[in-house]
Amino acid sequence: MSSPLSRDEVAKVAKLARLRITDAELEQFTEQLGQILEHANDMTSLNLAEVEPTGHPFGLINVMREDEVRPSLDRDAVLSQAPDAFEGRFGVPRIMGEAP
Amino acid sequence: MKHAIDIAAAVNAKESSASAELATSLAVIAEKNEAINAFLFVDTDGAKSFAATVDERIAKGEQLPLAGVPVAIKDNLCQTGVPTTCSSKILADWRPPYTATVVERLIAAGAIPVGKTNLDEFAMGSSTETSAFGPTKNPLDLSRVPGGSSGGSAAAVAAEMTPISLGSDTGGSIRQPAALCGLVGIKPTYGLVSRYGLIAFASSLDQVGPFAKTVTDAALVLEVIAGHDPMDSTSLPEPAPSLVAHVNDGVVGKRIALVKELYEGADEEVVASVKNAVAALEAAGATIIELSIPELRLGLSAYYLIAPAEASSNLARYDGVRFGLREEGDDVTEMYEATRTAGFGAEVKRRIMLGTYALSAGYFDAYYGQALKVRTQMIKAFAKAYEQADMLIGATTPTVAFEFGSKTSNPMAMYLSDVFTIPTNLAGDAAVSVPFGTGENNLPIGVQILGPGRSEATLLAAARVLEIADGRA
Repeated sequence: MSSPLSRDEVAKVAKLARLRITDAELEQFTEQLGQILEHANDMTSLNLAEVEPTGHPFGLINVMREDEVRPSLDRDAVLSQAPDAFEGRFGVPRIMGEAP
Repeated sequence: MKHAIDIAAAVNAKESSASAELATSLAVIAEKNEAINAFLFVDTDGAKSFAATVDERIAKGEQLPLAGVPVAIKDNLCQTGVPTTCSSKILADWRPPYTATVVERLIAAGAIPVGKTNLDEFAMGSSTETSAFGPTKNPLDLSRVPGGSSGGSAAAVAAEMTPISLGSDTGGSIRQPAALCGLVGIKPTYGLVSRYGLIAFASSLDQVGPFAKTVTDAALVLEVIAGHDPMDSTSLPEPAPSLVAHVNDGVVGKRIALVKELYEGADEEVVASVKNAVAALEAAGATIIELSIPELRLGLSAYYLIAPAEASSNLARYDGVRFGLREEGDDVTEMYEATRTAGFGAEVKRRIMLGTYALSAGYFDAYYGQALKVRTQMIKAFAKAYEQADMLIGATTPTVAFEFGSKTSNPMAMYLSDVFTIPTNLAGDAAVSVPFGTGENNLPIGVQILGPGRSEATLLAAARVLEIADGRA
């Protein structure tokens, strides 16, 4: 049976999800994701054009509170769990190239 | 092991102490955990300190609903300074700087958190086999899975390491392991229990709930952890419902519907248990009707698009910047990719990719959008059923506990073990799994009782009737 999605599509999705996958994983994920999407045919084949989607069981409402100063997490406690922290900030690899 | 309600009574009456009850629990953990792998981390020092505090509070005259009751916490709930891994390499060394509301409430009620329990990685699985730290064994048969994803929390109670534990249920992750380990498990109404400090898998489906050996203990724990929390914007505004006071209310005059889609396809022995449970409820005064709700059949497909879609978004935060693992790369994108590739296991990657696909341009309407419409249909179908019945009944799982490795190579086969539990999560309703009868090799079978939002007291009263009829209490 042909899979509902191609190896190229799976490779593209991995890229979007910031995951590297090996050729063997590409093969396996293409087959397994295909099986899951095939099972979903019972649902995708329905005509539900008139039905409203539900993103949340009871509908979300915006919760407001008074704009007042409250204690928050201690900065050092939070940064102590970061892989790289310096001078009260999170450290990340260089994003910009060298100045021309 | 003593039940939670009896431990609390003894500690409140100063016939026992929190420190003594903790010592009993720690001794059982020391004896059994190596073989079962229920706990990933036992917080011996922290627990002793909590127990000492409880004993001081009792000495000062306080009375606490969970005085001195040891409790096991699923390792996707944060506790300050205590390792919280989600059974993932990406959080292997993380120690949260804050505590989940549910854990805070347990501590305030006198319970003693003794440690963190194993789960399928990020709660994605039905057997604990996707944990990065090895599977948990079912204490009733070590060759079989305890269920999942909250398998460690179920095994801890089944092995009598603690009388109660906390799990989380996104598609059945409390009810399914409760069924497979012979325990009572509650998936509360969405919003009844705070999610603050619960590491998110699928935010519109996740709910924290208890495991216990008895209905009364499960009710007691839910009463303590439920109720509005300003730290969770999806928390219902009402205070916690009164549950323990109603467990003996019975089912006289209640209308209970046996729902075909909630047992069809299950093993014969499971179907037999469900029918015996129905007979027991009828004998106790309930009116039984039979219903078919065809929309429930679409639950699995809708769930396996909605939950991965939400997960792909929630798990985008694991990027090696603020917490957890970092694998170095030449630039920031290389670092993200190296970190996520090394940190996540195969099932988590599969679900992130499925969710990313379902949300991507060109497929959003066909998959994610369609699944949200099916969710609407399911909510309407449940509402219609609840016009005819106060509760629905069916099986919790299609089979008793299965053997290790029997479903790991086929994700779809594993997903099918959640087929009866998923609809409740999509609707945001409440459901309870209660042991009733046994099957192959004397393994327990779980019967599931479902109700509309905030029907927990009614469901627990029905579960209590079954517990008595099954000779369990």
